[in-house]
Amino acid sequence: MNDKMKMPKKKLNFSALGRIIKLLYTFYPRLLFVIMFCLLFSSVTAAIPSLFTQNVIEDIEVWMVSRDWDGAKEVIIPKVLLLIGIYIVSISAIIVQTQLMAYLTQGFLSKMRCTLFERMQNLPIKYFDTNKHGDIMSHYTNDIDTLRQLVSQAFPSLFNSIIIVTCVFVIMLYFSIPMTLLVLVGVSVMLIMSKKIAGGSSKYFIRQQKAVGKTEGYIQEIMNGQKVVKVFSRENQCIDDFDKINDALYEDSKRAHAYANVLGPIINNIGNVLYVLMAVIGGLYLLSGLPNISLSGKAFGISILIPFLNMTKQFTGNINQVSQQFNSIVMGVAGAQRVFEVMDMKPEADNGYVTLVNAEYDSNGELVEANHRTGIWAWKHPHGDGTVTYTLLSGDVRLDDVDFGYTEEKTVLHNITLFAEPGQKVAFVGATGAGKTTITNLINRFYDIADGKIRYDGININKIRKSDLRRSLGIVLQDTNLFTGSVMENIRYGRLDATDEECIAAARLVGADDFITRLPAGYETELVNNGSNLSQGQRQLIAIARAAVADPPVMIMDEATSSIDTRTEAIVQRGMDKLMEGRTVFIIAHRLSTVMNSDVIMVLDKGRIIERGNHEKLIAEKGTYYQLYTGAFELE
Amino acid sequence: MIFKLIKRVREFKLPTILTLIFIVGEVIIEAIIPFITAELVNNIKRGAEMESVIKTGVALVLLAVLSLVCGTVAGFTCAKASAGFAKNLRHDVFTRVQGFSFENIDKFSSSSLVTRMTTDITNVQMSFMMLIRIAIRSPLLLVFSVIMAYVMGGALATTFVVVIPFLACGLFLVSRKAMPAFRRVFKKYDRLNESIEENVRAIRVVKGFAREEYEKQKFGTAADEIRSNFTKAERIVAFNQPLMQLCVYFNMAFVLIVGSKLTIQSGGDLIDVGQISAMLTYGMQILMSLMMLSMIYVMLTMSAESVKRIAEVLEESPSLSNPESPILEVADGSVDFDDVSFKYSAKAKRYALENVNLHVKSGMTVGIIGGTGSSKSTLVQLIARLYDVTEGCVKVGGVDVREYDLDVLRGNVAMVLQKNLLFSGIIAENLRWGNPNATDEEIREACRLACADEFVSTFPDGYDTYIEQGGTNVSGGQKQRLCIARALLKKPKILILDDSTSAVDTKTDAIIRHSFKQYIPETTKIIIAQRISSVQDADMIIVMENGSISAIGKHEELITSSEIYREVYEQQTKGGDEE
Repeated sequence: MNDKMKMPKKKLNFSALGRIIKLLYTFYPRLLFVIMFCLLFSSVTAAIPSLFTQNVIEDIEVWMVSRDWDGAKEVIIPKVLLLIGIYIVSISAIIVQTQLMAYLTQGFLSKMRCTLFERMQNLPIKYFDTNKHGDIMSHYTNDIDTLRQLVSQAFPSLFNSIIIVTCVFVIMLYFSIPMTLLVLVGVSVMLIMSKKIAGGSSKYFIRQQKAVGKTEGYIQEIMNGQKVVKVFSRENQCIDDFDKINDALYEDSKRAHAYANVLGPIINNIGNVLYVLMAVIGGLYLLSGLPNISLSGKAFGISILIPFLNMTKQFTGNINQVSQQFNSIVMGVAGAQRVFEVMDMKPEADNGYVTLVNAEYDSNGELVEANHRTGIWAWKHPHGDGTVTYTLLSGDVRLDDVDFGYTEEKTVLHNITLFAEPGQKVAFVGATGAGKTTITNLINRFYDIADGKIRYDGININKIRKSDLRRSLGIVLQDTNLFTGSVMENIRYGRLDATDEECIAAARLVGADDFITRLPAGYETELVNNGSNLSQGQRQLIAIARAAVADPPVMIMDEATSSIDTRTEAIVQRGMDKLMEGRTVFIIAHRLSTVMNSDVIMVLDKGRIIERGNHEKLIAEKGTYYQLYTGAFELE
Repeated sequence: MIFKLIKRVREFKLPTILTLIFIVGEVIIEAIIPFITAELVNNIKRGAEMESVIKTGVALVLLAVLSLVCGTVAGFTCAKASAGFAKNLRHDVFTRVQGFSFENIDKFSSSSLVTRMTTDITNVQMSFMMLIRIAIRSPLLLVFSVIMAYVMGGALATTFVVVIPFLACGLFLVSRKAMPAFRRVFKKYDRLNESIEENVRAIRVVKGFAREEYEKQKFGTAADEIRSNFTKAERIVAFNQPLMQLCVYFNMAFVLIVGSKLTIQSGGDLIDVGQISAMLTYGMQILMSLMMLSMIYVMLTMSAESVKRIAEVLEESPSLSNPESPILEVADGSVDFDDVSFKYSAKAKRYALENVNLHVKSGMTVGIIGGTGSSKSTLVQLIARLYDVTEGCVKVGGVDVREYDLDVLRGNVAMVLQKNLLFSGIIAENLRWGNPNATDEEIREACRLACADEFVSTFPDGYDTYIEQGGTNVSGGQKQRLCIARALLKKPKILILDDSTSAVDTKTDAIIRHSFKQYIPETTKIIIAQRISSVQDADMIIVMENGSISAIGKHEELITSSEIYREVYEQQTKGGDEE
């Protein structure tokens, strides 16, 4: 099932709009005001020319009779020059405003992206485990894009229209209140209509979005399995199925766009009709000789009716413009809401105060903090009474009666008790879902335990700062993830201040140096697309080198070799053996050959440890491990 | 550009043409309305009778209704035409991909195909809509307004001789400068998206190494690069508005000065006041339509990239096709490779398979062993003609595979791919991929052979159990067994298992092999495996290395004759296999 199909029917909450404006203000307080000022200025100056033209035309009418251009020149030219002056100022304001607007929009989007990313980085692993990657991605693409429309186009246009509408409205009141009320009636009709149409439009746009999601889901599934489709000659059946989904999308898309398309003509022509109504009613009003009510106290006359008609046009024109922006506002608000939702999520909790520091032994043989890299690490543990103790980082991990569940209702680990002394190798064996990976997820605090205690070198891991805890644990996972960049950069990911020599030494240690030097550009070979230009085994070796350069006292190997064939495994295994020397290692493996020589093997079933001991002991017990070993049992 | 795809409008030609017609109607009415409006205003000004005011008013309302009708109809037909165009494009691309051979499929990543069928086609849909709505509207408005301006304004219209070329040049320059800037932005965008995806996928590594701050920094740099590039591009485009305003203002000033001079000097004979206002109105209209034209130009160029990507798929010709008079019958399950060499693309330096000679009799069980990259999968894919050989020939049932009808060949050569997949839907539906007409009993039978019935029948919904996309709700071993059952339903003459029992325990693996031997003895079985135990009792074992056959023989022979085979065997049995 595609997640987009299950899109929650959340109500649009326009408070998101206020939050965007607030954010704009916090990011660019001064710039925002400069832009608003320029906008105000340019919309006001945009109104002046028409007054001028009216004035000049009146002049022409006066001077036309005498045909005295030289006389008229004295009056008209200065006016036009003044007008040109206003133009120049107005254009300057527009240039300043549009340039700053480009700057503001992009700056805002960039800040939003960065904030979103920063917040996201601090979210617990659970967020990434429970949300589809495509959905997470769409926050950065679709959602942020809708904000661009909103900020760069809808906002200025809205602001502009509001100013003009307000100005015009005040002037209208100045001229005649009854006529203004009439305009208001017309405008309400327009607003009701646009709300209706825009409502239908957004309803179908949402349906279209869902249909797109469904289509995308189907395409994705088939494209991924295209080779299977071919092998079974199912092409025509797939085309038929696709056509059905495609047709549904077409229907929704057609409706959504039809609504959006007719909005303009409808509003526009209601405006036209309103104009005529105003003219006719205005004419009747003139004839009737009824008294006028207005702010100016002027009597109703031709000189009021004509500008009034023009203002009606301006008024409705702006309403039309606002209604055109309706869609981008709705979409922008929806996008913003989704972005804010992620931003407001609770970040990974970290109340740790025990930190990892470089240490050395002083002349008394006491462990003290050092300000340079010594190769010796210690946990710096400040206590309530102000004293600070230092504990040598050695890699002693103990789990004491640990319970855990990914959700509160379902406990997946029960009463797990185990200990790994420094340098010991502890293996987990069991079916998928038995809880092997879950245990390692608890040690590095990707998830927090529900009950029990985990101690690292005798310290409760809840007291250790997360980043330091994780720094002391190396992980190599089944799915190798490499980053775009050179091989060297990828290895250095393990320890950012490692020199080239140290990285090469790590690669050499795990046996990766050999193939890396044979790559076209050696250590500078660029990896793209998760290292797709390398073989699975080579990628795994780089991941192992990456863990080696970090040089942590404790290693977690989660199915690190299970997707590699037996022959390649032998090579990778040598690298892993090198890496594991002298470290505490938690190993999860599919192939029993990998775990056989562990100091202790834990057999897990449904979240409980059902057998524990070394290989010989477990074989002798003839229990589950024995059955697994003899192939009588399926591992997955 | 978009015209490349235009013939795919097909059945939506009528709404497309209707849109154009109604838009023309709307434009004409829109051009008339100001005339009548002017008259209405004049009537009121002159203090004419209410009757004539109402008459022009009614005319105006009628025009407004007509314009509304035109606009609404055009809005509907336009939505229909563009949504239909998009539908056809999606259908065409999807159908084209269905015709792809493996070679074609390898060329496009599945995610890029998804993007082409969604985002890219939506882009094209939007620009098509713009195109049929505005592309006819603005030139028409332009021509109409220029004519009217000359008719009304006479000498005053010379202003356009200056303004139009100036604005056209300006807009053209802006668009031309903005375009490459936007293209740069899009590239950077893609990069940013890739890096987010990379981060999300590798989040366990990021957090495991406590690299959040480092990643934030990395992201910040990338985001900033987009910001600066995008700002640059937008700032160029931002000149459109002041440029436009400049022209409008120039036009106003010119008309006011020259117009008033001419009017006053001629006492209103040459030009009158009404003409001056008209000139101002039409000037505005002309410039607006130019502006819209430039917008279309920008949109079309921006969608050009999408069009290119869609056309790329549509123009990709399938590298495999049916022969002219195909053979429709596969005689038996024998397989022969005669001097076969193969490389994945003509440009590839290295052959994936070199000089392979192999003869398999019908009904044999063949095992294939070899490291990753030894071309085991490549070898078997040639049998089902998923790729064509580069040199030599592959025969099935004594006939070159290139002479068979593809569906017939693939119906008889059932392959369980290494990356096998189940699709969302119930189990029975998934299995019927092998044979759409299979009865429930046949399905059960196939599942029994593949040792799948034993677990399927424990599910509460049995064969109606819903499989999630990618088959994530069954275990790896169960998925593999279902995939084998699906292939068995074809009742093939040749069954190929490409590492298809890797997640199945050795015991079940043995049972499956045993039932193959017992129940489908005449089917040729070709089994690629990592485990020696999966192949050791085969009639023939092939050891592959670096794209060629390193050794062929039975288990006992290979233990002594093939070093590779022995090495793998020893590694897998070390520590004392008690089986």
